[in-house]
Amino acid sequence: MVMEKLTKLLAAHLDTDPGEINAETTFESLGIDSLDTVEMVMELEEELGVELELNEKVATVGELAQFIEKKLGK
Amino acid sequence: MSFRIISTGSAVPSRVVTNDELATFLDTSDQWITERTGVKERRVCVTETASGLGIEAGRRTLEAGNTRPEELDMIIAATVSGEYVSPGMACMIQAGLGATCPAMDVNAACSGFVFALDTAAGFFARGRVKKVLVVGAEQTSRIVDWTDRNTAVIFGDGAGACLLEAGDNYIESKLFSRGGADVIQIPTSIGVSPFFEGEQVKPLIHMKGQETFRFAVSVMAADIQEVLASAGIAQSEVAYVIPHQANVRIIDTAKKRLDIPAERFAVNLDKYGNTSAASIPMVLDGLNRDGKLTRGDILVISAFGGGLSSGACVIQW
Repeated sequence: MVMEKLTKLLAAHLDTDPGEINAETTFESLGIDSLDTVEMVMELEEELGVELELNEKVATVGELAQFIEKKLGK
Repeated sequence: MSFRIISTGSAVPSRVVTNDELATFLDTSDQWITERTGVKERRVCVTETASGLGIEAGRRTLEAGNTRPEELDMIIAATVSGEYVSPGMACMIQAGLGATCPAMDVNAACSGFVFALDTAAGFFARGRVKKVLVVGAEQTSRIVDWTDRNTAVIFGDGAGACLLEAGDNYIESKLFSRGGADVIQIPTSIGVSPFFEGEQVKPLIHMKGQETFRFAVSVMAADIQEVLASAGIAQSEVAYVIPHQANVRIIDTAKKRLDIPAERFAVNLDKYGNTSAASIPMVLDGLNRDGKLTRGDILVISAFGGGLSSGACVIQW
């Protein structure tokens, strides 16, 4: 569920096809830096209605999805 | 009764430091700094000082407002990088200008100028003052860790000021603090105490970038919405948003959360970097000198910084 939302959000941000993004995709390859990641997490927080303190480095889309799922207690 | 702004002024050191020059001694590049911060160059003191810049900004402001220093009833200064903890910078500015009124500092880090304006509004509301000079002046180069590529590239030196007189143009304001030194801190020196056994943290700027970004984006958009809503003014009626110039990425992200056209956000950080408490009056003076302000214009000011703190206000020009 999180991975799906994240992919949609990224695709909308980058104006690309969601099919281009998978769990192994690195943020670097998408041209996304740490500040973009913080911004996306904030958007996800609003959408999911939870606080996600992003306090670890995440390199791939899958890692961020995992981090969020952990925070959601899933 | 609150105040209206009669005139503005600013002053910066003459030495320009470009991103390329920083890349000669830091592991960074013009591209990295530009993409992450929007800063292209900044001014850095060589022989100038924070209060010296504050005095010059104040002098220009008084001149533009046809006001003599002796006419001032109060000087309020906002700074985190003055040469002295005591005297307060406002006292140095008072002496430099030849004013005779009371003078004091307000420290709310990068939000300091907004807190100072609100403090001034209180003196006007009590009818204690007719003319007040509010100054933000910073020599951040003296507290920047020039070996830390994450913070050294952001900051710059400069000063700005506003001359206020009694009026009704300070429409709405909001101040906020969330105490603690975990996200942003500038420790003072422990000095030469033979007794102290704790840890001396370097007396320089320490900042957690991502957490600062997160705080800044959320308070900036929310504060602007809130002060406008309390003032009963639509976002579309705003002539200019004057945001604290911390990082263009913060301003860009806040823009997306607001219904104010992008071109109404004033930006000068490409030329001056983050000048802490001086950023707001420097931007305001830039707009004023460029003839972009018309009497009656609605301006929204929004700042955030160490404290953590944030402040926003609505002013009719």
